[in-house]
Amino acid sequence: MANQLDPDGFAALADPTRRQVFERLAKKSLSVGELAAGLPVTRPAVSQHLKVLKDAGLVIDQVDGTRRVYRVDPRGIEAMKSYLDRLWDRALAAFKAAAEKETDS
Amino acid sequence: MMSIRKQLTVEAPLDRAFRVFTANMGAWWPKEHHIGKAALKDCVIEPKVNGRWYERGEDGSECEWGKVLEWDPPRRLVLAWQLNEGFQYDPALVTEVEVTFTLLGPKQTRVDFEHRNLERFGEAAERLRGLMGEGWGQILESYKQTAVAAAA
Repeated sequence: MANQLDPDGFAALADPTRRQVFERLAKKSLSVGELAAGLPVTRPAVSQHLKVLKDAGLVIDQVDGTRRVYRVDPRGIEAMKSYLDRLWDRALAAFKAAAEKETDS
Repeated sequence: MMSIRKQLTVEAPLDRAFRVFTANMGAWWPKEHHIGKAALKDCVIEPKVNGRWYERGEDGSECEWGKVLEWDPPRRLVLAWQLNEGFQYDPALVTEVEVTFTLLGPKQTRVDFEHRNLERFGEAAERLRGLMGEGWGQILESYKQTAVAAAA
């Protein structure tokens, strides 16, 4: 469902690098520098990916002493749920219309 | 258990409601919601237990969504939705979609819908974390090769 999704929830994970960032954060909290060190992309690119993930409600950042670390937002599953909720609303409305339009053969 | 529930009344006979839901899914499924690279041509539910649930692209390519867990026409259907939070097919992930069709009148059917086990999206993330020793690069590479082989 990659790029066809609404720009919220899990569309953010359609990009492979972004998914890698997310999956690393699922393992442990990391700073931008630590993330960039383990990925074949620049630090500004990592920051950009983090912004998209943050906007999608998938990761949160917090200050830990002198550094800012990112981690997966445990409420991310809620984002998935609300995305699927909207998808099924649309799908079921379309199903109803199709079933009512069709004649029995 | 985390789930999404919907109920709707369809102005159609029971048999037709079940048939349109299962045999004609491609006719009503929102076209923009697909996982393959090609534009969506059809959504197919094979009418039997363990039947495949998949999409077919305009170019003929097929992408799995899940499978049929229970098949009881025209009253009940349980599908396994096996797309993870990255919208990749994950055979180890099973979230259930149950749809029941109840006769209200000769031309009226109630449809009860539930997509459940949504908490398993979190468990899948947990399980993937267990594979971290392999490194994501390797896992993704392996996935890519599988996907390329499957497309060939």
